Amino acid sequence: MSDATSEAAESPKPKSVPPAADHGHGDGHGHGHEEHDPIHLANPNLAHHFDTPQQQFDAGKLGIWLFLLTEVLFFAGLFCAYTVYRSYRPEVFVYAHYFLDTKLGALNTCVLLLSSLTAAWAVRNAQLRQHSLLKLNIVITIACACAFMVVKYVEYSHKFHDGLLPGPHFAPTEQVWELESFKHKHPEAAEYAEHLYKAAEKKKAAAANPAAAAPTGEHAAAGDAHETHVRPTEEQLEPLIAAGILGPKAETRDVPSKPRNAHVFFSIYFFMTGLHGLHVLIGIGIWIWLLLKANKNVFGPNYFGPIDYAALYWHLVDLIWIYLFPLLYLIH
Amino acid sequence: MSDHAHDHAHGADAHEAGHEDHGLAHTTPISLLVGILGVLLVLTILTVSVTSFDLGSRGNLVVAMIIATVKAALVVTFFMHLLWDKKFHLVLFMTSVLFVILFLSMTITDRGEYDKDVEAFRQDQAQLNAK
Amino acid sequence: MASPSTTADLVAPRPSPGSDNYLTHEKGFLSWALTLDHKRIGVMYLISVLAAFALGGTFALILRTELLTSGKTIIEHDTYNQMFTLHGAVMVFLVIIPGIPAALGNIALPLQLGAKDVAFPRLNLASYYLWVLGAICMLTSLVMNAADTGWTFYAPYSTTTQTAVAPAAMGAFILGFSSIFTGLNFIVTIHKLRPPGMGWFRLPLFVWALYSTALIQVLATPVIGITLLMLIVERLLHIGIFDPSLGGDPVLFQHFFWFYSHPAVYIMVVPGFGVIGDIIPVFSRKRIFGYKFIAVSSLAIAFLGFLVWGHHMFVAGQSLLAGSIFSAITFLIAIPTAIKVFNWITTMYKGRIHLDTPMLYALAFLWVFTIGGLTGVFLAVMSVDVHLHDTYFVVAHFHYVMMGGAITALLGGIHYWWPKAFGRMYNEKVGRFGAVTVFVGLNVTFFPQFILGSRGMPRRYYNYLPEFEPLHQLSTLGAYILGLGFLMTAVSLVRSLLKPPDAPMNPWGARTLEWTITSPPPYYNFKTPPTVTRGPYDDYEGLVYDEKIRGYVEKGA
Repeated sequence: MSDATSEAAESPKPKSVPPAADHGHGDGHGHGHEEHDPIHLANPNLAHHFDTPQQQFDAGKLGIWLFLLTEVLFFAGLFCAYTVYRSYRPEVFVYAHYFLDTKLGALNTCVLLLSSLTAAWAVRNAQLRQHSLLKLNIVITIACACAFMVVKYVEYSHKFHDGLLPGPHFAPTEQVWELESFKHKHPEAAEYAEHLYKAAEKKKAAAANPAAAAPTGEHAAAGDAHETHVRPTEEQLEPLIAAGILGPKAETRDVPSKPRNAHVFFSIYFFMTGLHGLHVLIGIGIWIWLLLKANKNVFGPNYFGPIDYAALYWHLVDLIWIYLFPLLYLIH
Repeated sequence: MSDHAHDHAHGADAHEAGHEDHGLAHTTPISLLVGILGVLLVLTILTVSVTSFDLGSRGNLVVAMIIATVKAALVVTFFMHLLWDKKFHLVLFMTSVLFVILFLSMTITDRGEYDKDVEAFRQDQAQLNAK
Repeated sequence: MASPSTTADLVAPRPSPGSDNYLTHEKGFLSWALTLDHKRIGVMYLISVLAAFALGGTFALILRTELLTSGKTIIEHDTYNQMFTLHGAVMVFLVIIPGIPAALGNIALPLQLGAKDVAFPRLNLASYYLWVLGAICMLTSLVMNAADTGWTFYAPYSTTTQTAVAPAAMGAFILGFSSIFTGLNFIVTIHKLRPPGMGWFRLPLFVWALYSTALIQVLATPVIGITLLMLIVERLLHIGIFDPSLGGDPVLFQHFFWFYSHPAVYIMVVPGFGVIGDIIPVFSRKRIFGYKFIAVSSLAIAFLGFLVWGHHMFVAGQSLLAGSIFSAITFLIAIPTAIKVFNWITTMYKGRIHLDTPMLYALAFLWVFTIGGLTGVFLAVMSVDVHLHDTYFVVAHFHYVMMGGAITALLGGIHYWWPKAFGRMYNEKVGRFGAVTVFVGLNVTFFPQFILGSRGMPRRYYNYLPEFEPLHQLSTLGAYILGLGFLMTAVSLVRSLLKPPDAPMNPWGARTLEWTITSPPPYYNFKTPPTVTRGPYDDYEGLVYDEKIRGYVEKGA
């Protein structure tokens, strides 16, 4: 039934390709005669299971876009948590934003945008076989990424120093109304809060130590001072209520403090920026690896996929920051 | 229909159309890249300066998100090459955005509904503690 | 000389003993550990997934044995909680989600596409090692104070319990990436590595199913990733996202969790649909009825699956508004699912049915999955779910669809592709007996649980009212029958590997491309991509059975 020709056709032994010579990885791959066809010979970076460089490039492009899709969905969870909390506990966000340095955030935004340019430029360099420019652009991209991380480090260390930690470790060393950013925006409210707070402290001290308290005369005087502020103005009160320092959302209604669960903002802040920062670090690693490859001048018009895909990943990292910046730093 | 054959045709067409097309894909002109960066930086400055105007907390957020989306659209279209890329990649990206919107909107709507119960509970608790 | 390029040209010789194939082409531990061959990766997955199945099954048997009596039988209550948690986590994350795509899909997908490999072979190997790493993390939880939260990890218990939740959650997180990379790989493979002539509507239905599954894997899995990460961070740093005492929202956790986990159940069952869709036409010797409808229905199920997650949360504190929306959309999923079932049955009508082992599993699937699917619709009705939520009715429902759906299909697929992958035929009698035993065991185990649930028996309960004892005992008996069926099947399959390869190229008379190369295939699959000129279920009349090789050959060859 089976004749000699079909038997030979089905024979799995490729005669001209000794297995050992092909693929020094012991990976069991080899495809008979295709490895030595002109296209594969002309394109040493063309993988065995693809037929043409175009097919390999398109497959990789589709693959990286699918991966970016997963990254968008990955960060979506955090954006959802952010949106839910900001919608239903806005005072926490108003309170927290005074502690953040908008300038550093904006600087980081510009740094990342610049690095996106150099990454896109690097793709062009690879396509046009401009080896030196390619390496330069990769180096600048890495430099910008490192600058981003340095600024991030500065921000984080300030926060740790100021006691602005996530979760139960949240213990700000300064009261929010003592911050420059608050005083600049709402001077009357800052003054009013300071006054109320001091009055409350005095009362506490007096209650704890009745013997050391002044005789009724001074008490009355303090009470009078308080009474002159008994009806605060809009400018004095509104920013404090909006930030949950006073009022129904505050930890203590009548004494300036902070809103209930104020730490949630910083939990979200550190989680989002931390995860983003991790992606920046991974990106730096990828760019370094590509720099080493570019050093061997392997990229050209028929093989620039890795640069293209890394640049796409990098743009996504930038995209996420484009949204993180206004959401975390530009709260009003 | 094999994508394989289609891709070869695509490459050939692009050459004839006179695009800057070297090899496997379109090459972005440098002037365009730098121009887009310029626009992005301007938008960044804009988004920071807008915060000095008080448009109400809702208003400020909306403006910030609009500017961010414009920036994002520029990055996606030009830096990420989608303008010259296969339409399917755009479909994929928009699908992910749509699913994020689906996820967020249902969750926020639901939270909005049951938050009233949570707040009512908290009020009762506060009153009990005050007694 | 021209290589055979169409299925019509191929003859079906018996492979000569000692001929080279992907199993023998390279030898040694490293040639497997560092392999990039999708077939070898598929085989490693198969062994690993079945080992995990045995582990999860052992937990199940321990649970069912404990439930023989209404009080304590063999273990303590805390251990019981840990058992059902690990049973669920192992089965869901280590067995059923990777199951058919990673084990069977890796072996069969490139072959069905006439391709040399998947699009990203190194990513494929990475997926496998991520599975191994995830499994190690889960086992770490097991040997430490194993998690006792239930596989659903609901907050705030999961954020406050003293058991080893973080390793289990970390394991699931890593397994999520394994799943994402497999899905990504398959999507690109199906888009880019099809042979000439194989347009979208000439793809085997197994490929359509894998494609739809891969879309879900890529879109949904990242969300469980971030959720588990948030859970771990909440446990370690008490950040206050989910724990109400820290300002968090536990219902938010459930939204996050089920946004993935509902589509996840379609990751579990849609590949099963694909396997059944490939088996039924072959063993009915008749072209599939309604090919396009079945193909598109897989996509429809994948899409609709994303819109219904709240039906797990009807009594969790979710608002009535959201609940109503989710309930209404859930009913819709019954439609594409029913289309599939009707089309499969219609395919069999007036066909010539061969009751070989794969077909027995397919028939079992139809019965068991229909029951499971329909009871899902019961649970979609909010007013009914209020009574049935967290009872054994739910347990019965999901075991019918997961065990009866996904596992039955997995076993059917294993028996279908076994001769192709390993070049050996298993003992058909034992195969059939195993299939029947599994079917009987399934029903005896889980049907009583519907009754238990509707009479009020809650799930995850260690002690229960004595009036429920008889049904529980019946269910436990079924579990042992099921275990016996699996054991029998496993022994028979392993024994088949001890003989030399003797399987023909096409033992079942199928028309998809994997049956046009030797069993087992050569390491390179196809010399040149075959040109496809007809559909995957066409022209069974053109094949005749040859007694000498116990396989099918072209008529007139």
